[in-house]
Amino acid sequence: MATLLEQVQVDTELRPAIAGRNPWALAARRLWRNRIAMASLGLFLLIVVVSVAAPLFARDVAHVNPFLPNLNGHTVVGGKVVPVMQQGGGVLKLGETPIGPTWDLSHYFLGADSVGRDVAALLLYGGRSSLLIGVGSAVLCCLAATVVALIAGFFGGVVDALLSRLMDVIWAFPVYLLAISLSTELLTHSSGFQIGPVHVDASSLWLPTIIIAFIYVPYVYRPVRGQVLSVVKKEFVEAATAQGAGNLRLIFSEILPNVASTVIVLLPLIIATTILTESALSFLGIGVQPPNVSWGSIIQDGTDLVYTRPWVTIAPGLMILLTVLSLNVLGDGVRDALDPRAKLRVEG
Amino acid sequence: MKIRSAMTIAPRRRARPLHKMGLGAVIAALALTAAACGGSSQSSSTSQAAVHKGGTFTILANSSFGVADPAQNYTLEEWQLLIDTHDGLVGFAKVGGVAGTKIVPDLATSIPKPTNGGKTYVFHIRHGIKFSNGQTLKPSDFVTTFNRQFTVPGPTSFYSGIVGASKCSTKGCNLSKSGGVIANDSAYTLTINLTAPDPELMDQLTLPFAYAVPASTSPKLTGNNVPPGTGPYMWKSYNPNTEAVLVRNPFFHVWSAQAQPPGNPNEIVEKYGLQVSDEVTQVQNGSANEVFDGDQIPSDQLSQLNSPKYASQVHVNTLTADWYFALNTSRPPFNNLLARQAINYAADRAAYVKIAGGPSLAVPTCQILPPNFPSYAPDCPYTAGTNHTKWTAPDIAKAKQLVQQSHTAGMKVVVDGTNDQVGKALVEQMVSDLNAIGYKASPQLLAASIQYPFVQNSSNAAKWNVGWSAWYQDYPAPSDFLNVLLGCGNIHPNSDASPNIAEYCNKTAQAKINQAESMAATNPSGAAALWTQVDHIDTTEAPWVDLYNPKQIDFLSKNVHGYSWNPQWYILIDRLWLSS
Repeated sequence: MATLLEQVQVDTELRPAIAGRNPWALAARRLWRNRIAMASLGLFLLIVVVSVAAPLFARDVAHVNPFLPNLNGHTVVGGKVVPVMQQGGGVLKLGETPIGPTWDLSHYFLGADSVGRDVAALLLYGGRSSLLIGVGSAVLCCLAATVVALIAGFFGGVVDALLSRLMDVIWAFPVYLLAISLSTELLTHSSGFQIGPVHVDASSLWLPTIIIAFIYVPYVYRPVRGQVLSVVKKEFVEAATAQGAGNLRLIFSEILPNVASTVIVLLPLIIATTILTESALSFLGIGVQPPNVSWGSIIQDGTDLVYTRPWVTIAPGLMILLTVLSLNVLGDGVRDALDPRAKLRVEG
Repeated sequence: MKIRSAMTIAPRRRARPLHKMGLGAVIAALALTAAACGGSSQSSSTSQAAVHKGGTFTILANSSFGVADPAQNYTLEEWQLLIDTHDGLVGFAKVGGVAGTKIVPDLATSIPKPTNGGKTYVFHIRHGIKFSNGQTLKPSDFVTTFNRQFTVPGPTSFYSGIVGASKCSTKGCNLSKSGGVIANDSAYTLTINLTAPDPELMDQLTLPFAYAVPASTSPKLTGNNVPPGTGPYMWKSYNPNTEAVLVRNPFFHVWSAQAQPPGNPNEIVEKYGLQVSDEVTQVQNGSANEVFDGDQIPSDQLSQLNSPKYASQVHVNTLTADWYFALNTSRPPFNNLLARQAINYAADRAAYVKIAGGPSLAVPTCQILPPNFPSYAPDCPYTAGTNHTKWTAPDIAKAKQLVQQSHTAGMKVVVDGTNDQVGKALVEQMVSDLNAIGYKASPQLLAASIQYPFVQNSSNAAKWNVGWSAWYQDYPAPSDFLNVLLGCGNIHPNSDASPNIAEYCNKTAQAKINQAESMAATNPSGAAALWTQVDHIDTTEAPWVDLYNPKQIDFLSKNVHGYSWNPQWYILIDRLWLSS
């Protein structure tokens, strides 16, 4: 008669092996199955690809330089050569109105802006700036917030108190007020931004990227620090400590992997927020500076043309809407994929 | 001479275009004048004028004009109201058209001839005139007015030529004691003594800074409380966040219909805080009577105003003003004459005119003095073609040739301007024009409140090469452009109030300026010819890229009549009347 131990060994050998699955692979599988989230990801990637292709569109399709005013230029509509800027009618002939959409990709598809530039080409270039700043500032923000949160949460005590109060000070400012103040100070001065030997020109995209990243650091810091405080007390961290792991190993090998999902969930949502913030600042004239354009600055240019040439405003507005919507839906999908219990909790 | 303070930015940008008065309006104004002057035919005219009286005239403005003290405020927005509530010794005739540039006696009985080699003026003050608080006007009230020019922070330079002015400061001033302004209340005379003859004194005395206020007025800034005046209206209230309200002055009577006629509306209200597009909508609806910010009407609404429906409500007038880019002559590449001339040839002025709203709202120009201005003679060397009196098109080939000759091709050029929509477009066009002839230009956009002091201050000279600016006349004298903006004496190192932005100093031109000023009183036609020469010298030396002379739109509600455009004060609000 086989002993109990032998019986267990036999049973184990007879059973098919259960493949151990990496939690990241499980999350990816859950995300892949979420069709709405994947559609959003597809839409976002499409916007990215189209924006990246801006120079190709401007050079090979529209045949324009979207950064040069074209107030005295002409284009072709229905086989006829027409001026890009058209003088007002009536007796007084007041004002100059840019040409409207021609729906012809090679001739001012979405019309011209107030200085005669191709809106369609501007829109794609604007997307490059908006996405670059949005993604860049969100990544910078998440990186900075994670590092600070890891330090604060791991060391605790005075370090935590100091860093948390610093974050509270930034948090205390209304986010747009802080962004506007910093942008006005740094962007409207000719010298730009100087820290020691590092100089960022006022017209550089880095300046709005840094400003926007800075103002959102506390918003990522708080949940990540909470997560660190929770993880740092777990048994596996104590076990690692007991095995003699140093602080760096504890932080990067034990704690960081367990708070990374929080950061990843926040990332698309923060990107959506930073794109909105960039658009708002550029709309106010204190975001992206010429010769660069962004969706917000195109909307600003279009505000005087809302009644006669609404596409100058609608097109970038639509792009912002689609981008932010896709990122928010994707963010929800990522959260559900990484923490399905959260979804269960929400759905109750 | 006259050094504008940093506050000059306010009238520059806020200056409103005025309309040239049509013949019909001139006749109507003359009829009103005749009616006010009395005479046998006055009964019918008076009754007509009486019919026009009444109602509340409502102006809508995007923002207020700041501190209201007339000793400090330097904005056309308040000046258009102050000319209805206050008076000076002299004033511009309150009529439309060219007649409005004539200086007439106001609180003085006549315009005195200078004595003592052009340095002393004795004014005889009118009797029986009362301030809106009931006090009787006395010559000594003017001493307070002139003292306040120095004790209240403001553009004191207009009156710095008065004897004793150099000893005045915000801490104290007694021009009476120093012998600069001497009042004799029993003889009803006021004597002004100057340190040197000033041919523009009368122009300067027409400005609201020199308007009479009671002698009891505080020597310090009165903030938003406007001291009583002698005009047909008085200030009932002023809140820069909401509105200003002017009501009739119960003590007013007509003493000179040319200088100060009785107003038509019973009340004038100026409301603040609306977007310009909303101002237009309200005037279209008849809820208000005037859009103050006509120069900022959005393109969309300009298209609407082209409708025949509004033809009688829209008035367009050319301004005696310049919009220009100053070239920084203190550093390469524009310390080189050929480089300056090159960009003048390359500038596509038709494009700049389109940015300003098209040919109906701006006229391209190459020279400093604006059209319809004293000493103006057409001059445009920087145009394609052979007619050098009018700009027709850029001459890029000539511009490129000059760039090569100047050995400045490929240099980096920073174009400085404001970050508002029009400012941005102007800078982008200039960057494009510079790049087209071989420079490496980049924009530098600053907030409007920062940009003007920034380009004036020579400590920033290394940071820009081409700087946008605009200038609207203070009064119709060539020196107001040629000396103030390009005179050697108006370069003030490291100051935010250095109106010669280009830091341009031409010895020949300056000698002619000095000569013109010294002979203005004795040989006005000779002086005028000299000013014309200075204009042409400066145009050839190209310290600026002059872009265009703007026009102004006044949009009024349908029930407003009696529109008249004074070249100095623009729309004359008190001349307007309302139908039911």
